[in-house]
Amino acid sequence: MKRIASLIMLVVVLAATLAACGAATPAASPAASTGAGAADTTAASPSPSVAATESLTASPLTEASPSTAASPSAMATQAAAAEATPGADATTTVTEDLPNVSGLNLGTVRIAYQGPLSGPQAQFGTTGLNGARLAVEQLGEEMGFQNIEIAQFDDQATESVGAANANTIAADQSIVCVVGHINSGVALAALPTYRDANLVMVSPANTNPRVTEEFDDTAYRLVGRDDVQGVVAADFVQNELNAQNVYVLHDQTAYGEGLATVFRDEMQERGINVSGFAGTQETAVFDAVLTPIQAANPDVIFFGGIYDRGGPFIQQLRERGIEAKVIGGDGLDAPDLAQLGGEAVVGTNYVTVSGPASAYQQAAQFTQDYQAANNTPAAYPAFQGYDSTKACLVAIANAATEANGTPTREQVKAAMEDLETYQGVTGQVTFDDEGDRSPATYYVFEVRSGDPANWGQNEVVGSIEAQPPEE
Amino acid sequence: MAVKAQAQPMVSDRSSLGTLRQVLAPIGQILIFVIGGSLLLGTIVVMLALALQAGQANLLNGVVSVLPLVIIDGLVLGFLYATIALGYTLVYGVLEFINFAHGEIYMVGAFVGGGLGIWLASQGLLATMHPLIFVVIAVFVAMLASGLLAVGIERFAYRPLRGAPRLVPLISAIGVSLVLQDLVRLIAGPARFNLRYPTLNLGGRIPLFEMSTAAGTNLRVSIDNQSLIFIITSLLMLVALNYLINVTKLGKAIRAVAQDRPTASLMGINVNLIIALTFFVGGALGGGAGVLFGIKYSTVNPYIGFIAGLKAFTAAVLGGIGNITGAMVGGIVLGLLEAFVSTYLTLFTNGRLSGPDYASVASFLILIGILVFRPSGLLGEAATQKV
Repeated sequence: MKRIASLIMLVVVLAATLAACGAATPAASPAASTGAGAADTTAASPSPSVAATESLTASPLTEASPSTAASPSAMATQAAAAEATPGADATTTVTEDLPNVSGLNLGTVRIAYQGPLSGPQAQFGTTGLNGARLAVEQLGEEMGFQNIEIAQFDDQATESVGAANANTIAADQSIVCVVGHINSGVALAALPTYRDANLVMVSPANTNPRVTEEFDDTAYRLVGRDDVQGVVAADFVQNELNAQNVYVLHDQTAYGEGLATVFRDEMQERGINVSGFAGTQETAVFDAVLTPIQAANPDVIFFGGIYDRGGPFIQQLRERGIEAKVIGGDGLDAPDLAQLGGEAVVGTNYVTVSGPASAYQQAAQFTQDYQAANNTPAAYPAFQGYDSTKACLVAIANAATEANGTPTREQVKAAMEDLETYQGVTGQVTFDDEGDRSPATYYVFEVRSGDPANWGQNEVVGSIEAQPPEE
Repeated sequence: MAVKAQAQPMVSDRSSLGTLRQVLAPIGQILIFVIGGSLLLGTIVVMLALALQAGQANLLNGVVSVLPLVIIDGLVLGFLYATIALGYTLVYGVLEFINFAHGEIYMVGAFVGGGLGIWLASQGLLATMHPLIFVVIAVFVAMLASGLLAVGIERFAYRPLRGAPRLVPLISAIGVSLVLQDLVRLIAGPARFNLRYPTLNLGGRIPLFEMSTAAGTNLRVSIDNQSLIFIITSLLMLVALNYLINVTKLGKAIRAVAQDRPTASLMGINVNLIIALTFFVGGALGGGAGVLFGIKYSTVNPYIGFIAGLKAFTAAVLGGIGNITGAMVGGIVLGLLEAFVSTYLTLFTNGRLSGPDYASVASFLILIGILVFRPSGLLGEAATQKV
C-alpha cells in the first residue's frame, strides 16, 4: 500500500513538473513568433534608413540630422573619445512653451507607472519610477496641475502580474495615462487591456518591435527598436570586433529572443559563422550552456537578456577561462551588471538607446536633481522615465485645455497622437505615426569598471542615429 | 522503508575496522555509479554520433571533444542535487513525509553564508583570512542557521499535524516554502535580491589535460577549485551522516524511531527530540549545500530553492527514498543525465533543438523510464520490510 501511495505521489510531482515545463513552453512560443515577426520586419526593409553620425562631437544630438539613407553595413561606428562631451559648445537651447492648466479645475489626475519594483529586475523598474516621480514633482507644478500623482504598480517583470495590474489600472477612472513597462513581454501582455480601456501607454524601455507595431494608437516609446538595435550590434561585431565566429544566447523572453534573432539573422546575412543559437531560462547555473560555447570556441558571444542573468553568466564564463568578447542589448545597461558580475564584466559591450548623461544637453540639471532626490546617480531608464512622464503630462494638459476641464482618456489619447514634438532630457522627442521615436540614437558602450558605483564611467565606443524601419 | 544501515552487522560490532568499512562503503558505491554512469552515457552518445555521422561532418570529433567537460559539469550538478537530496531522504526515512520546504532551507543557508561573507568583507576581516577558512566558517554558520530553521519549521508547521492524513503536512510544507521565499525576499530587499558572494581567491583552475577539437584548436579541460571543494565537502557530509546513523547512539535512536515510533518511545527514547534532531541534521546538510552553491556560482536569489529542491527530491526518489547512499547516487545520475542532454541534444539536432531548454524534460522522461523498471529506485529495496 505504501509503495502505491508513494508511487502516486511521485507521479503527481512528476506531472506537476512537466506541467511547469509545459507552462513555460507556451510562454516562450509568443517570443518565438516575436522573433519571426522581427525578422520579417528586417527582411521587409533590409536597410532601415540609418544616418551615420560622423562622431559624437561633430553632430549635436538634438539636431535631427538629415537622414541620408545608408545601408547599415556601410555605416561607420566610430569610437568616440573617452570623455565624450558631445556638442557641449553647440547647445541649441530650445525655449519651450509648456501648456499651463492652472486656470482649470481638474480634480485629481493620476498617471500610472508600471514596471518591476521588486524581484531580480527591480533596479530597472525603480530607476524608471524615480525619473517619473521627478517629472511629476518638477513639471506638475510648473504646468499648473493642482493635484497630480503617480499610481505605482509592480509588475515583477512577469506577464501575468502585469496583465492583472492593467485591469486595476483600467478600472481606476482617475488614471488617464500609463508610463511603462520595462519588459516588452509584459507590455505585450498588458497592452490589449490598455487599448480596450482607451488608455495610452508611453514606455521608457520597451524595444520589441511588436509593441508599437501591434498597438500603434496605444503604445509610444522613448527608446529605439530591437530590429535596429540588433543591426547596430551586428555592425559593431563585424566592423569593430572583426568577428569570424559568433555564438548567440538568449533568455527566452519576448525581448531577449527577439533581439537575439535579429542579431543572428543579420550575422548570417553578412556571412559570419553563427556557431550556436541557444535559449535558456536558467538564472544561476550556466554550466549547461557554457560547455557548448567552450567547444564552439567563438570570438564573440551575443547575450540577449537582462542584467540579472547577464551578470552571473559573464562571471561564470570568465571563471571557465573563455575569453570571447561579450556583447548584449540595453538589458545589460544597469550598474547591477557589475554588482553581479564583478571584474568579469569589464570589457563587455552593450548596445543601448540611452546615451551617457553627457550626451543629453538638457540632462545636466536632471542628473543633479536625480542625485539629490535619490542619492544615487541617474542611470538607464531614469531619463526615459522622466521623458515618458513628460509626454503624458503634456498630452493631459493639451487635452484639458481643449476640453476646458478634466480630460477623458479618449481626449488624452487624441492629444498624444497630435503631440508633435517636445523637449526631453534625452533630446528632442518626436514620435512617428506608429509611436516609435524618430530618429532614435543608438550607442555602443564598453564596461570600464567592475565597481557598480563607476557605471557612469562606461565608455561610448560607437553611436548611430537611426530612423525606425518603414513598414 | 526506513533509514537503512549500510551493512548487516549492527552497532554491537564495535571493531574499528568494521566501523570504517561501514562508514566508507557508500563511497565505493558512489564511485561505481560515477564511473559506470559516465561510461554508459559516453558510450551512448558516441554510438549515436557514429549512427548519425553520415548527416553531419565532424560530429564524432565534436562529441568526443566535449565529453570530459560534460562529465565534469554533470558531476558538479549531481553533487549539488545529492547534498540537498540527503535532507529529503533523511526526513522521509524517519517520518515518511516529504519536506517540501527543504529547498527553501537550502536557499536560506545560501543567503546566510552570503550575508556572512558580505559582513566579514565590510569589517575588513575577509581580506585577512585564508579563503578556505572562510569557506569552513560560512558552511558551519549556515548549517547551524538552516538546522535551527528546520527544527523551528518542524515544531510549528509539522508537529501539530503529525496525526493528520499524509497530505495535510505536505500542504503545510508547500505553504512554508512559499512563506520562506517571500520572507527572504522581504529581508533581502530589492538591493540584495540577487545576492553576490564576495570573491574568494581560491586559486586558478586545475588543468587536467588538453585535447584538440574539430576546429583544430586546443580545448583545455580543467576543473575549478570551487567544484573540487563542492565534491569533497559533499562526500564528507555523506561519510559523517553515515557515521552518525550507523555508529552513534543518536543514530541508533533515529533508526529506532524510523522503525516503530510507539515502541521506540516505550524503550525510553524521546521521540519528539529525535525527530527534531533529524530535522536539524537534514536542515544543516541543506544549509551547507547552499553555501557551497553560492561559492561555486557566486549569485543566489530567494527563488533558487524551488527548482533545486524539486530536482533533489527527484534524485532522492530515483536513488530509493529513505536510503542515504541512494540519495547521493540518484543526484549524481540526475546531474549526469541533465548535463548530457543539455549539451548533446543541441549537437545531435544541429542546433535545431536547444539542449538547456529540454534538459529537464528529457532527463525526467528517462527517469520515468528507470522508475518503470525499478519502482523502488536504484538502491531501494522492493520490500517494505524495516531494517
